Amino acid sequence: MIYLQVLANGVVLGGLYAAIAVGFSLVWGVLNVINLLHGSFIILGAYVAFFAYSLLGVHPFLSAPIAGLILFAIGYSLQGTVINRVIHAPVLMTLTLTFGLDLLLNNAMLLAFKADYRKVVLDPPLGSIFVGPIVLPLDRVAVTALALLMTYGLYRLLRDSKLGRAIIAIRMDREAAALMGVNVLRMQAMTFAIGAFMAGAAGSLLSIIYPISPLNSITFLGKAFVICVIGGLGSVGGAIVGGVALGLIESLTALWFGPEYAVPISFALLVAFLAIRPTGLLGRRGYE
Amino acid sequence: MSALLQIERVSRTFKGLRAIDDVSLSINTGEIVGLIGPNGAGKTTLVNLVTGMHPATAGRVRFMGQDITRLAPNRIAELGIARTFQVVQPFPRMSVGDNIAAGALFAGGAGSLTAARQRARELAQQVAIDDLFDQPAATLTLARRKRLELAKSLAMTPKVLFLDEVNAGLNPAEIDDALRLISKISQSGITIVVIEHLMKVVLSISTRLIVLHHGQLIADGPPQDVVRDARVAEAYLGKRYAEASRRAPA
Amino acid sequence: MRMVVILVILAACLAALVFGGNYALRLATIFAMYATLALSWNIIGGLAGYPSFATAAFFGLGTYASAILQSSGMPMVFAWLLGGIIAAGFAALIGLAILHLKGHYFAIASLALVEVVRELVNINDRLTGGGMGLNLPITHGSVTQQAVYFLGAMATLALITLLSAAAVQRGKLGFALRCIQQNEDAAVMLGVNARLYKAAAFTLSAVFPGIAGGIYASWVHYIDPSDVFDILLSVKPLVMVLVGGLGTLFGPVVGAAVFLGLEEAVWRSFLTVHAAVLGALIVALILFLPNGLMSIARRLPKAGQA
Repeated sequence: MIYLQVLANGVVLGGLYAAIAVGFSLVWGVLNVINLLHGSFIILGAYVAFFAYSLLGVHPFLSAPIAGLILFAIGYSLQGTVINRVIHAPVLMTLTLTFGLDLLLNNAMLLAFKADYRKVVLDPPLGSIFVGPIVLPLDRVAVTALALLMTYGLYRLLRDSKLGRAIIAIRMDREAAALMGVNVLRMQAMTFAIGAFMAGAAGSLLSIIYPISPLNSITFLGKAFVICVIGGLGSVGGAIVGGVALGLIESLTALWFGPEYAVPISFALLVAFLAIRPTGLLGRRGYE
Repeated sequence: MSALLQIERVSRTFKGLRAIDDVSLSINTGEIVGLIGPNGAGKTTLVNLVTGMHPATAGRVRFMGQDITRLAPNRIAELGIARTFQVVQPFPRMSVGDNIAAGALFAGGAGSLTAARQRARELAQQVAIDDLFDQPAATLTLARRKRLELAKSLAMTPKVLFLDEVNAGLNPAEIDDALRLISKISQSGITIVVIEHLMKVVLSISTRLIVLHHGQLIADGPPQDVVRDARVAEAYLGKRYAEASRRAPA
Repeated sequence: MRMVVILVILAACLAALVFGGNYALRLATIFAMYATLALSWNIIGGLAGYPSFATAAFFGLGTYASAILQSSGMPMVFAWLLGGIIAAGFAALIGLAILHLKGHYFAIASLALVEVVRELVNINDRLTGGGMGLNLPITHGSVTQQAVYFLGAMATLALITLLSAAAVQRGKLGFALRCIQQNEDAAVMLGVNARLYKAAAFTLSAVFPGIAGGIYASWVHYIDPSDVFDILLSVKPLVMVLVGGLGTLFGPVVGAAVFLGLEEAVWRSFLTVHAAVLGALIVALILFLPNGLMSIARRLPKAGQA
């Protein structure tokens, strides 16, 4: 019986995890840039929700799109001014650049928001529901449902909109896309901005579950890494599979070994996946 | 003549697609074999399979009696199978000399870097690129890069040398030079397999022709027989033209 | 030009030893440590072209291995060396598993190593003290005597690392790594045993940071996971090498000196924003000087000729 509860806990986190990782995966897959700012983007989104709620009383579910848009603007301008300049440089350069940018942003957040851990405490709290013997905290269920909805929205955007098709075209063949009239520079900035939007909105949602501080941006960045590698890089489906997988890994390791093992085991799995099956569980690449 | 390299019923599939389909052939010491076939026939795949880059999914490859099917590419190179690439693959920021020396050092049995560079100098002379010995390889023209590829392979002191489209992109005069060079290499005792999609180019120097089509071996024999083979004509010209050309002389 | 830079650095070190007092001794020790880390990273990252972020894992492993060995009674210097060997063995094993990965995938796998090892150290608190950290046996002698002793140890290590790096650069290993860096497939086809050479490079990039970790632990008397597995320990060496010039012999040493100078200046004047300033420096470096400071030095005489 305990397993049912543990599985439910894992799945309930999975949707949120998918939303945390999908923007990271998009940027990596399309631009071939590992965005080490992603964790700080998430935290910044969470702060938007925190202040919107504590100062203005706006519910995090409503401020999520606003947080997304703020991050979208930041992402768009960062890509346009800085990241695009090294987008064809070797991995080492792009990684180091985003690391440097993250040091800047994270330090700025530390100065602005202090290192204290904060959390959105909803008043009144959402409570829990019981499904047979399983307890489901409603806040987590709602967050995961909204996160999945957002992720699905991104999927439809990529599949059905002109913008989405242009992004996919760049992912497949940058030169050919340019020849077909796609404004590559603009679309690259859009891709990065959409990745930042997803980070900001997901951060906003998770502010009611997790305590946040500039110090734990690295935790969420780490989760995004694990999800992308385990699920399979470069597809929305991969992020969802990886998100649920990470949720399950975390709740199962907590049950078997204790919660302190969740991080080392998920990272050990990441290394194992890279070594043995670098394409991830879904086993294919691309945002087709 | 003894069989130096034996390919026994090998296949190679990529995601369900059969790029090489149950091919058997052998290469004998001292031959110059022309391996031909239309684009996409599987010629380069066969070379990749022999050299261990993409090992066979079925069948066996033997070299001097030893099973090399599953050997690592660098081991196969050390044993004496060298190749050039269709798309030339120099180390762009290394000098021409060091490019060649790499072959001598890692597969050619040169005992030291100095010995390897010494050997590189001789080979650079042999293929006439010694004037650019200290230049970065990236600065070479295509024709010279092809010769650099050749020198790199020769530095490995191979027993068999696969030349993958060494003539592609060269003008007629350069092709003549290249063919002369190939004959000279053959005379030095190295067995050669020339991969070409243009039959004309290899006809003049090959002692035997092997034809691949859709991953299958469709002809293997002396050049004069192979060029008259109906299936070969069909593969190259398409069915209708092949029939037409057969009717015409009749 | 190159010799001048080296002589200036050496002279500065000597001056520090003679006149500088404890602050300068500390700086010189950190410089030797940074140079060791940068020279080591350059073997895998610069020569072989594999963007490793594992330096912090090797360093941290070295600190904990030698600290635990010392507390179980092993003499200090032996513990340092054994710590290096443990880090190297770890690198060799992991290297065989992850060195077939390219680009981002390798970078991430190496980054994840740091997290895994750090968390394992955190969890095994009976052995490591967990998040509380670990105290090391107190060394004898006055403050200055100790400072001189550890500077000597770290400088000796840096020198050995430099000599090893020089031997690698001139030898068959360095030649193989350059081939791998420029075109790995072609290198393998030429008979280069890429698996072996990459594992050797990765192992070499671990052994010296492992020993440096041991010396560092003895020097500061106290270690904890967030300090010795700090991801900055992986990134700083890489930035130093980028400053000095990828794949060059003395570039990492010059880079370490420049980086340390900037870091000290920043630390002293902008304590609360030092991470941001470091970040800005990194961004500026990547955007404006991707080939390192040495590229300016190389460009200047050419401009003079023209």
